[in-house]
Amino acid sequence: MERIPILKLDDFLLVSIQVDMHDQLAMTLQDDLTDRIVRTHARGVLVDISALDVVDSFIGRMLGNIAAMSRVLDADTVVVGMRPAVAITLVELGLSLPGIRTALNVDKGMELLRKARTLNVSDSNHGRQRR
Amino acid sequence: MAASVDEVLPIQGDSDVVVVRQRVRNRATELGFSLVEQTKMVTAASELARNVFVHGGGGTVRIEMLRNGVRQGLKLTFEDHGPGIADISLAMRDGYSTGGGLGLGLSGAKRLSGEFEISSAVGEGTRVTIARWK
Repeated sequence: MERIPILKLDDFLLVSIQVDMHDQLAMTLQDDLTDRIVRTHARGVLVDISALDVVDSFIGRMLGNIAAMSRVLDADTVVVGMRPAVAITLVELGLSLPGIRTALNVDKGMELLRKARTLNVSDSNHGRQRR
Repeated sequence: MAASVDEVLPIQGDSDVVVVRQRVRNRATELGFSLVEQTKMVTAASELARNVFVHGGGGTVRIEMLRNGVRQGLKLTFEDHGPGIADISLAMRDGYSTGGGLGLGLSGAKRLSGEFEISSAVGEGTRVTIARWK
């Protein structure tokens, strides 16, 4: 079965979507990611969409679901690399991706995830444990 | 370059939606649409093609090149013979969905296209036409 690969780097999972996804493939990615977060105890997920020339409401919903499920599983999500034409179109479509953190590129996205992780660690040092 | 002729594509499943997106992208590129215009047209096509198989049980899209004097455009007609839409104004409302989606398909496609037309009869099917001029 066709799948989008998920890479693990330290505490993070990285996904780069390089194909024009049909809906079932998007659903499979969502399930696979949730599964991997649990199995690897990942604390962050980075989704690179720089190769996508279209994000419609279905893909938008998938990104929202990934962010929401990660949050429930104690991981942060950042979506990176959205093309300008895609951003303009998404907003006009009526999707502003609420609840999804974004960054311009992979570097900035990783920085965001690491920062979020450091903040959470120092929080728990002051007695506000995440788990 | 070969002359572009109108074409009709089947929409029976989610892999057909991918094909529709690619064909619309090619046509919009041939017409010299800007990147943003292309993206809007392809995104609208993706929403409407998904509606055809999710709500209409499958159907077709007709892709037509338009010419009006020196102006050129792209017209897409999505047609299914599914259950039809009883209340079009309700179906056009942002956030209204019967398919478990976000309810942005029809309303979003309308916002993304220059021209938008919908007709539907309960028990007969639905036809949605969108067009964009260069």
